Formats: sequence, structure tokens, C-alpha cells
Amino acid sequence: MLTAFLLLPLAGVLMIAFLPKDREHEAKYLALLVTTIAFAISLFTFVWFDRSVEGYQFVDRLQWITAQDAGFTVQFVLGVDGLSLPMMVLTGLLTVAAVLISFNITLRPKEYFIWLLVLETAVAGVFLSLDLIQFFLFWELELLPMYLLISIWGSGRKEYSAMKFLLYTIGGSALMLVGFLVLGLSAGTFDIAELAAAPPAEAIIPLAAIFWFIMAAFLVKLPVFPVHTWLPDAHTDAPTAVSVMLAGVLLKMGGYGILRIVLPILPQQSLDFRMVLATIAGFSVVYGALITIRQRDLKRLVAYSSVSHMGFVLLGISAMGAVGLSGATLQMFTHGTITGLLFIMVGLVYDRAHTRQIADLSGLMHRMPLIGTVFVVTGLAALGLPGMSGFVAEITVFLGAFGPHPIATSFAVFGVVLGAGYILWTVQRVFTGPMNERWAHLPDATEWWERTAMAGMLASIGIVGIYPRVLTDVVNMGIAPIAAVLGGGA
Amino acid sequence: MNGWESLHFIGPALTLLIGAIVVLLVDLITDRRAATAGLTLLVLALTATYATVHVVLGTSGEALYGAVVIDRFGLYFAFLLIAITAAVVLTSFEGLDRISQAGEFYALLLTSCASMIVLAQANELITIFVALETTSIAQFVLAGLGRDDRSAEAGLKYLLTGAISAAVLLYGFAFLFGLAGTTSLAGIAHYVGTGPEGARLALTMAFVLIAAGLGFKMAIVPFHAWVPDVYQGAPTLVTTFLSAASKAAGFAIALRIFYTGLGGGDTFISQDWAMMFAVCAALSMTFGNLAAITQTDVKRLLGYSSIAQAGNIAVGLAAVASGSTLGPSAVLFFLGAYTATNLGAFICVIVVSKRIGSDDIRDYAGLLRRSPGVALVLALCLLSLTGIPPTAGFLAKVYIFNAAIQTGHAWLVGLVIVAVLNTAISAYYYLRWARTMVLDEPADATAFHPTLALGSLLAAMALAVLFFGLNPTWLIEAARRAAETLI
Repeated sequence: MLTAFLLLPLAGVLMIAFLPKDREHEAKYLALLVTTIAFAISLFTFVWFDRSVEGYQFVDRLQWITAQDAGFTVQFVLGVDGLSLPMMVLTGLLTVAAVLISFNITLRPKEYFIWLLVLETAVAGVFLSLDLIQFFLFWELELLPMYLLISIWGSGRKEYSAMKFLLYTIGGSALMLVGFLVLGLSAGTFDIAELAAAPPAEAIIPLAAIFWFIMAAFLVKLPVFPVHTWLPDAHTDAPTAVSVMLAGVLLKMGGYGILRIVLPILPQQSLDFRMVLATIAGFSVVYGALITIRQRDLKRLVAYSSVSHMGFVLLGISAMGAVGLSGATLQMFTHGTITGLLFIMVGLVYDRAHTRQIADLSGLMHRMPLIGTVFVVTGLAALGLPGMSGFVAEITVFLGAFGPHPIATSFAVFGVVLGAGYILWTVQRVFTGPMNERWAHLPDATEWWERTAMAGMLASIGIVGIYPRVLTDVVNMGIAPIAAVLGGGA
Repeated sequence: MNGWESLHFIGPALTLLIGAIVVLLVDLITDRRAATAGLTLLVLALTATYATVHVVLGTSGEALYGAVVIDRFGLYFAFLLIAITAAVVLTSFEGLDRISQAGEFYALLLTSCASMIVLAQANELITIFVALETTSIAQFVLAGLGRDDRSAEAGLKYLLTGAISAAVLLYGFAFLFGLAGTTSLAGIAHYVGTGPEGARLALTMAFVLIAAGLGFKMAIVPFHAWVPDVYQGAPTLVTTFLSAASKAAGFAIALRIFYTGLGGGDTFISQDWAMMFAVCAALSMTFGNLAAITQTDVKRLLGYSSIAQAGNIAVGLAAVASGSTLGPSAVLFFLGAYTATNLGAFICVIVVSKRIGSDDIRDYAGLLRRSPGVALVLALCLLSLTGIPPTAGFLAKVYIFNAAIQTGHAWLVGLVIVAVLNTAISAYYYLRWARTMVLDEPADATAFHPTLALGSLLAAMALAVLFFGLNPTWLIEAARRAAETLI
């Protein structure tokens, strides 16, 4: 099942690759078909997932590399638990949305959809891998499609942004490999489950150093201040669908990595450095929000708000208790859907107006009521209005984090206030107010694919907001063993 | 052991040498280059068959009074070297690139390959030296075979540095012989095993000199100065041969002398030579990568990149010295993966350079549109050189770093940190090149295609890079069994 989820996009890649040149515009239908089936598989997995059993389910295992005498075995293991399951669904959902929103791509469409599908496989591989080396392989594999998607189909300083993204990620993950190798060789296995069951007590270099080696990669990816500078550039210059993927799932790889690998395998070090993490988190939330307010470019604004929102994830993690960790996971999921949808809306506006300068846009609500309404609803979800999924996640993070980190949490709450400020102010400047005559001819979202993408994303935000248990049940099961290892540190 | 059996043991190398003479003779009769090239391929095929017979029979043992051994280690390199030479010969069908004397070119290739096979089999200092010099002399001439001054300059530069390093190497051998009283590696190993503390300084002198002499072949810093000039000046076919074969042979014999002779992990001086290679590795990687960033000529860039890659392999040597059980097989695996990658990259450069008449990186702009196949293979090889999955280069790096960390020495973890940071640096220039091919607009959009032979060769290299990246077990197993015979 999981292998099918992982390999299906690659099958799609092959099908698209063999499309004749004169039918290349059909690539999008193939991509839609494949990603929809993959999304369906992820939903089936979500439904069939046994909520009464802890641990990994649907495990597919294969010996991959074996050097028998020397203790270097790498497996190919896929499995889901309550932590990776939401991420898997998120990946399935957002890739469908990304494909839909790319239906107007006319530049080299075959290659475009091929790379989008490769990206889905790479990201899914990160979320489903249960072996450190395999995890690292997919982590690095994701670079290539992202780089090409930004630098070919992007806009503005696209090559600069793509290279910046690439070097930041490679630089961060270089040390992660060292950390993985030291961990794996000290314990004699690269299997994440085995490592988590018996965390190594010592290694040839201090475990604290390993902790930071691995955290470096995840913090860059998340990203948090001060290693966030690649994010606004990459987002601003990426095509809409890639921004959706980047904000929606790629950033989650960082938070997921911390939860899946760092906390269970290095619990003591995680507890030791929780104050540092909380400080970084609190700072990121406020700094990100303050910078967001100053943005003049609509897309850059949403990008910086991600820095702020990812700070919540780290804050929840730094609480090191069941509630905080659940909040962090929920925040990852909800941020994926909310910010993903925000990027779609920004893309729709840009497709029509061909500008993203907030100062130039005004009164769009008159011409595009549908886009405007969805933007407002999503914005309200993003600022954490009760009844929307964002509220559930943020409140859980604060509940979990206030006990251990009252100061950082207070700062973060202040960040929420700022968030309400920049979102409402943006809505006011862009959608309400007097209509600029320049925009009098603009059409609303009329294409079926635009509407389907919006509807699907809105539905997921609404469902989780109104009935959060559908998600929290699963998440709590995934969090319980991690929280147990951390010894109820909250 | 009778004489015939000894000849049987060095049979593959002998086949090549006899083949070289036949090629020269045939070249006298016919002017058709295809005939000579075809004959060379035939010789290589025969040699490969002979080596396969050895593998199937499981031949092992010493020959020629202990001067050479036949074991899996030697055979691993025999196959590697034959494959490299065959790839170079196949590429030469596309054109000889500034070389006019076809017969000499093929005969010298075979001679050089033969002596490198003997080198990988050598078990004794005199044989090592003779084999090393034979291959070097053939390569000096090869580097100077081009019709222009640049090639002549490259040949002379290579000759001068080569001669000096040979002298240094011989000086080191003299020290070893003086101390151990024997030239056989087994004898030296026995001597070192007795732990002669008083001779520590002299032994250190010996292995530093030997490393300096072999460092020239392996192209590690600080014995690298010839690399960019020779790589750029020599005909590209020869550069391809040097960068793949000469480097592999250098590391083969370094493993043989240091691992078998001086002992890995368990002798009183193994930490000393571990440290020496660690320093060389760190310098090679850092210098090679930093220098490569500013290059605009692709051959010079590949030259500096090969210095940096040699640094990666030297990490493996340091791991071997520190007693890593994975070390020797990691070095062999890396060499195998690197060979496929490097050959692929160089053959692409040859194809492109012939069509567009330039080695400037800017002229690779838009290659994807002009020749999609070549551009894809080259991009794949560049990814593999960087170490990005799912290529062989990724696993080779993981494997060699793994070997270093496995030893349990914190300073080797430090070395690996230097290595991974260097990987991040190298990503910049490798991927910048790939980006030029994929993204930039070509100044001249004429399409071109490689010949069928070269196209298939490139496809084979690309498949190898991908195959070893996705399913490395076969090559790892081969490397492991080869490494086992080394002690």
C-alpha cells in the first residue's frame, strides 16, 4: 500500500515521459489522474489505520544494501504511524491541488508535471521512511525537482532563489548525514524504530554535537530565524503550485524530522536544549510576524507568515510534552492546508492582475467575489479564528507550551495578535476599499480546476476545524510513545 | 610452481602486452584506424575473458617467486582497468582528437593498461616500481601525442613531475628495504609487526616518501600541481584515461603497500599514516573544490574536481589505516562508482567538444535542447559527482564516510565533517554547470547527436551510475570479496 503510494507518481512520470510531443498538453490529465489515485490511497490508509494499536502499520520491508560482515545494512522500510499518517494525507491532498492549479502551465508541460510527480515521491519517501539512510536519500532527492521547478518555471530572480534554496538545504543536510552515520554505527542499526526503542547512551562524538548536526538540517528546512532567508526568496520566485508544495509539505519535513528522529532517538539532549529551542521559536514567531507586516508583495507576505507559523511548530516541540507535541503536529497539518490555500489564492490573483504589489491592488472583491471570499475565509483560519483548523492547532500548542516556557509562549501569543493584524490589514488593502479602474475587467475564478482546488482545500480546513478529533485521535497515538520517552517533561 | 603456471598467473597482462605488439604490427600494414581500434577492442575482450577464467577457477597464490600475486583484489582492478581502456577505445571511434599516430596511441594504451594490471597484482617493491614506471612512461608519451604545443607541454610537465615523484618513491622504497631487509610486502609486514620502536622515525620517513611518490598518481594535495595543466593540455581521450585508470591504479597500489605492508589499525605506526592521509584528504577536498569554483574550462574544472574526489578516497585510506573493516571495500566501491561517473562525464565532454569546438563552460548553454541525451547523461554524472541520490556517487560517499566513522575515532568524524561541508561547496560548481546546460539559452541551437557507438556507451555509463545507486549490493559484494584477499 505505502509502496504503491510512493511509486505511483514515478509510474506517472514514465507515462508522461512517453507522451508524444503533439499531445504534451495532456500531461496535466495524466498527472491529475495519478495524483488523485495517490490521494485516494492515502485516504484509504487513513481510514483503515487501526486506531487502537500503537506503532507502525502497513509496513513494507526490504533489505536494500547489505555488507554482511561489516555491520552496514540499509533497509528499505516504509511504515506509517499517527505522526506520519497526517503528513501522508497532506502530501496526497496538496499534490492534487498543486496539479490542478498548474493546469494553465504551457511552458514545457511534460517536464513540469514530471518534476512535480518526482517531488511527490521524494516528499512521501521522507514521511514514510523508517531507516535513517533511506530517509536521507529521499531528503536529498527532493532538492533536484525543487531546484528545476523554481529555476525554469519561476519568475523574478528565479535562478538566484533556486540556487540559494539548494545551497541552504545541502549545507544543512551535510551535517545531518554525519549525525546519522555516527548514530547508526554507534547503535549498530539504521532502523529508526530500533534506534528509538534503545536510544544510544554514548557515541564517539558527544551526543549533544550529533543533536545539533541533525537539528541544523531540520531547522533550516522548517525554517526558523536566523536560517530562514532562503524561504521568502524561494517562495516569491517559485510558480504557484511549487509555493503550495513548499509551504504545504516541504516545510513540514523539518518539523516531522524533529518529531520522528531527534526527539525519540536523542531524548536527553532534546530535553537539555529545550530552552534554546523555545527561545528560537518565540523569536521566530514574533520576528516573522513583524517582518510580515512590512511586506509590500502579497506572496512575500504569505511567505514570511510561514516563518512565524513554523515558529509555533518549534514552540510546541520545545514543550517536550504530549500536548505540545500534538499541537505541533496539528499546526503542521493545518498550516499545510491553510497556507497552501493562501498561496493558491495569491496565485489566482496574480494570474489575473499580473502584479502582487499590495499597493496596486484594491477593491478586488467587486470583481472577484469568489476569490475574495475564499481568501478572507482562509485568512481567518490562518489567524486562528475558532471553528477553523488553525485555532485548534494554535490553542493546543499554547496549552502545551505555557507551562514549561511561559515567556516564549507569551511572545508567541503576541505573534498571534500581530498575525490577526497583518491578515486583516491585507484583506482590507487588497479586497475591500474603492475599486481601482485598472482591475475593472478582471474575471473571477471560473475554471473548474481552480474551483475544485479551492473547494478541496477549504473542505479540509473546515473538517479539521469543526471536528478536530478526526485528526487528533491519530496524532495523539503517534505522539504518545515520543512523549513517553521524554518522560512527561511537560 | 612451474614456469607455465607463473605465466598463467600474469596471463591477462601478458595478453595485453602481446596484443600491443600485434596492434603496432597491424598498424604498419593498414592505414585504416577502425581496423586497429577493432583489434584493440578484441585484445581487451580476450584479456577480460582470461581474467574471468581466473575468477571462475578461483585462482589464487603467488607467482614469479613471490613478485606478483593473483587474488580477487588484483582481478577487481584488472576488470576496472580493462573497462576503462575499452571505454576510451570505443570513444576513439568518434575521432582521435588531435592525435595523428593511431597505432602508437592504441599500443600505448594497451601497454599502460597491462602494466597497471601488473601493478595491482604486484607483491614486492621492485615489481611495483617497474610496473609503475612502465605505465608512467606510456602515459607521458600519451599525454604528448597531440599535434599541438599544449599537448607537448602537458607531456613534458607530466614527465618532469613524474620523474621526480618516481625518484622520491624509490627513495622511500630504499628506506623500507634498508629497515626490513626484504622487498616483499609480506616480509615488510612481518617486520613492522614486530614493533621496532627504534625505527619509528625511519619508517615514518619511508612512508611519507612513498605517499609523496604515489600521491602524484592519485592526484592528492600537495602532489597535485600537474593535474589541471595536464588535464587541459593533453588530448581529451588521454585525459579520460589518466583521470580514471591512473587514479584507480594509484589507489590500488597505495592500498597494497600501506594496508598489506604497513598494516591497518593494528601496528604501532598505523595511526601515523592514518593522520598523514587524513591531512592530505582534508587539503585535497578543500583545495580542489575551492579552485574548481572559478574554472571556466570544463577540463580544468574536471581536473580540480578529480583532486577533490581523490580527497574523498583518501578519507577511505585514513579509515583503512585506523582499522575500519569497511575501509578497503569502501575505497574499492568508491573507485568503481567514480570510474563509471567520471568516464561518463569525460565522454560527454569529448562528444560536445568535437561538435561545438570549445571546452568553455558557457558554450554548454542550452545543451539540453541541442542534444538531450548527452545533456541528460552529463547532468546525471554531475549529480553523481556531487553525491545526490539516486546515483552511485551518493552511496559511494555514504559508504566511505560510514567506514571512517565506523573506526570510532572522533578525529575521523571531524574529517568526515570537513568532507560533507566540501560536498556542499562542490554542489555549487557541479550544479552550476548542470544548470547552464538545462536552463540557459543556446547561442547556436543546432542539434547534434553522438554516433551510435558513443551513444550506447554513454547510455551504459548512465545505467551503471543509476544501477549502482539503486542496487549497489552486487558491486559492494565484489568490492568486499576483493578487499578480503588483501591481508
